[in-house]
Amino acid sequence: MTEGSSFTSAGGHGAVPTTDVPVDEGGFPGSQPLWEVFVRSKRGLSHTHAGSLHAPDAHMALRNARDLYTRRQEGVSIWVVRAADVVASSPDEKDAFFDPAGDKPYRHPTFYEVPAEVKNL
Amino acid sequence: MSTTAAVDLDVAQYCLRLGDDALVLAQRLSEWSARSPQLEEDVALMNVALDLLGQARNLLTLAGDREGRGRSEDDLAFLRDETDFVNAQIVELDNGDFGQTMARQLLVSAYHLPLWQALASSADEGLAGIAGKAVKEVAYHLDHARSWLVRLGDGTEESHRRAQAGLDAVWPYAAELFETDELLSGLVERGVAADPARLEPQWRATVEAVLAEATLKVPETTWRPSGGRRGQHTEAFGYLLAEMQHLHRSHPGGRW
Repeated sequence: MTEGSSFTSAGGHGAVPTTDVPVDEGGFPGSQPLWEVFVRSKRGLSHTHAGSLHAPDAHMALRNARDLYTRRQEGVSIWVVRAADVVASSPDEKDAFFDPAGDKPYRHPTFYEVPAEVKNL
Repeated sequence: MSTTAAVDLDVAQYCLRLGDDALVLAQRLSEWSARSPQLEEDVALMNVALDLLGQARNLLTLAGDREGRGRSEDDLAFLRDETDFVNAQIVELDNGDFGQTMARQLLVSAYHLPLWQALASSADEGLAGIAGKAVKEVAYHLDHARSWLVRLGDGTEESHRRAQAGLDAVWPYAAELFETDELLSGLVERGVAADPARLEPQWRATVEAVLAEATLKVPETTWRPSGGRRGQHTEAFGYLLAEMQHLHRSHPGGRW
């Protein structure tokens, strides 16, 4: 399988096939779509994936995310995205996607002299 | 929180009313733990319950403080009997189904928000201090209840039917939240308590807007149950207290 679009991030564990997989079409809450939650822990940092949840719509997804993922003051901002809208890379493509970067150490910024006075870089 | 203020039995009793409202509702909502319609809602409801429990702890501590007889929050929560509790009856009612629980939460939270907003400028600094945090908490409780009631009311035929039935069941009990008596009017005059006559129009505007959005009808009733503030409670209350107080009374002074 090479089409990235046949994978979704559903479940929050990376690529999960969406074809030929039994989908829970049952009642509440299985009938509610899955949402991926991204939380920014403080200003200046990026939103980071925190987990996923079920909710009937975006409004409730945001509120559920607040209750599930920021109850210990973990964040100052939340994004929710329908899991089905996240396009994920396929595990089958792992080699072509990621291995070629393995032997290119010159891409790491490790060849600079850092002046001793610089504390944070 | 000030512990040096003079003994003031009126303020103590007012704090007890507010504290009992929060404590008993927290206990009721906790009954949904592990029984909510979905995992996400389980956590959401327990957050609401814990907010209310936190408010109750502060309020009962303040009540004991103003009373000046050395009673702690635990003494007040666990060692008083049914007729000593002065919560409004609406918070002690059985949960019913999820729709009924959300209907009650809307009615109570729509009262709590203007109440705590008013108490933020209370002449009693202890109450004003509690209000600062409580306002943000109850604003979220209201938003949560509103979100659900709109979805249930304007959802399926069955969810609409049950939301309306739940609303009809709890509606008559809301009137008690706006009752006044000698103690309350005295405290309003002193700038300590929130004036129920000013809270009710705000409450009604909020509730009616939500119900309109939820396509639910404002129930019509002339029956106004009352008595909670004087220690008269519904049949359901004794069972709630028995469960809530059992552990503390079986193991007095127990800690972990």
